[in-house]
Amino acid sequence: MSAAPESAPLDLRSATLSYGERTVWSGLDLRLARGEFLTVLGPNGSGKTSLLRTILGLQPLTSGALSIMGRPARRGSRDVGYIPQQRLIDPATPVRARDLVRMGIDGDRWGPGRRSHRARVDELLASVGASAYADAPLGLLSGGEQQRVRIAQALATQPAILLCDEPLLSLDLRHQHEVTALIDQTRRATGTAVVFVTHEINPVLPYTDRVLYLAPAGHAVGSPDDVLTSTHLSTLYGTPVEVLRSQGRVIIVGGDDDHHHHPDEADS
Amino acid sequence: MSTALTLVAATTGTSTGDDWWHRLFSFEDYGELLGLVHNSLVAGAVLGLVGGLVGVFVMQRDLAFAVHGISELSFAGAAAALLFSVDVVLGSVLGSVLAAVVIGLLGTRARDRNSIIGVLMPFGLGLGVLCLSLYPGRAANKFGLLTGQIVAVDDTRLGLLVAISAVVVAGLLVIWRPLTFASVDPDVAAARGVPTRALSFAFMLLLGLAVALAVQVVGALLVLSLLITPAAAATRISASPVWVPVLSVVFAVGSAVGGILLALGGNVPISPYVTTISFAIYVVCRLVGNRRTRRGWSRRTVTAA
Repeated sequence: MSAAPESAPLDLRSATLSYGERTVWSGLDLRLARGEFLTVLGPNGSGKTSLLRTILGLQPLTSGALSIMGRPARRGSRDVGYIPQQRLIDPATPVRARDLVRMGIDGDRWGPGRRSHRARVDELLASVGASAYADAPLGLLSGGEQQRVRIAQALATQPAILLCDEPLLSLDLRHQHEVTALIDQTRRATGTAVVFVTHEINPVLPYTDRVLYLAPAGHAVGSPDDVLTSTHLSTLYGTPVEVLRSQGRVIIVGGDDDHHHHPDEADS
Repeated sequence: MSTALTLVAATTGTSTGDDWWHRLFSFEDYGELLGLVHNSLVAGAVLGLVGGLVGVFVMQRDLAFAVHGISELSFAGAAAALLFSVDVVLGSVLGSVLAAVVIGLLGTRARDRNSIIGVLMPFGLGLGVLCLSLYPGRAANKFGLLTGQIVAVDDTRLGLLVAISAVVVAGLLVIWRPLTFASVDPDVAAARGVPTRALSFAFMLLLGLAVALAVQVVGALLVLSLLITPAAAATRISASPVWVPVLSVVFAVGSAVGGILLALGGNVPISPYVTTISFAIYVVCRLVGNRRTRRGWSRRTVTAA
């Protein structure tokens, strides 16, 4: 946490990722500021999930450099928090909300664990407004409640950067708003930068500082107004794409994405 | 199933004229008998401890079918050991560890895993039946492998069982936290650098050892009663990471030791007693759990558990 002022939560320099012959993205330059909210958009297979995997240290770059708080990406780094898609959990699974949060604190350590970290867990649950169901089995919570608990879990190590991998999938509109607002509050309160991967820009549009658009013919980084334009996206896709704006919402027509929700990307 | 029943009948067929109740429960000369099965009681208690702990992860990782598959291969190994006059525990350990390794290597996805188990299981059973039919020795030795035995635990074997149990429990304690993380929340665990693949493999090995132990006491057909039922019962009434393993161990030890004690005077294999006790515990826990779920899980009701 006590990093030198020049170290950014995330710094990518001419980062390139290829699988064999296929280049997923190349020449990616991106430096996040503390507390910045970056939304990552793009069709399936454009390498959104791969980007998260490189930041998590699970996937090495083909070329270029990636650093987190001035250090190279490392598997299991406590500077990186991760919020996955909401996943159905069997109600009979013996894990309570507080247990999931505790796993965020020391679940990666060996041994049975002597300390229960109760005070810290309670504090984290309170910070996301999940105290009321701290002792309930996770499988009995609603999707929105589960994602709140996941945010608390991801914040357990006080990360410099919070990775959100389609955390809104399978949530209804009200819960989408609650979860995105909570992530926004969190980054303002803690100064953690946010990398938010999504198919659907609109729930996060009000909070987005910059957009990274990954597309078949290249990528673009900039403010939503700069990146999400018909000319810009048409170039990125190599086919005509139209961007419509209506009542503060953005609708993208064309491209091969069409905003269908596909949980897994063909990136392996 | 009908083969299993005839096997049971064959082992007990000597006293057809007796009152069946007397065959099930008899407490004559109980004190003397107790001395004879001292080793079995210790083995039962140790197996309860191992089964209760392993069962928690079997539930979390959805491996019930794998347990059944491994136990059939363990049976095959034990039967082969009997045929070739090698130690039965050794044969059963080899069989189940081999099965666990194959399932662990080939079945990383649930659907692959189930089909591999479905392929392995009948093969193992067939192999076991073949070895048993070729085995010229006493019938009781054979059927004990399928339905459990109480008097077959001598000091050497007990030492071996306790040693294997110690390995399993120590191994589980070392990987406890990351294994829980990887079982309950695999995506985040992987993101946090937990070696989920290696852990899954390590657990399969420990599971193989635990199954081999259970086969010695309750028999291959009924391993699930000590490796699944107690943990399943515990998760019905608690979701606490401390209470679920504790209750699961208490239920498993209670079923194993209680089963042996009840089976002592009777003339029936031990397994029906063990399975009945563990089933009864499950039914009670399920009823209690249903009541609780209906009342809702508030902070108060859960900490009371």
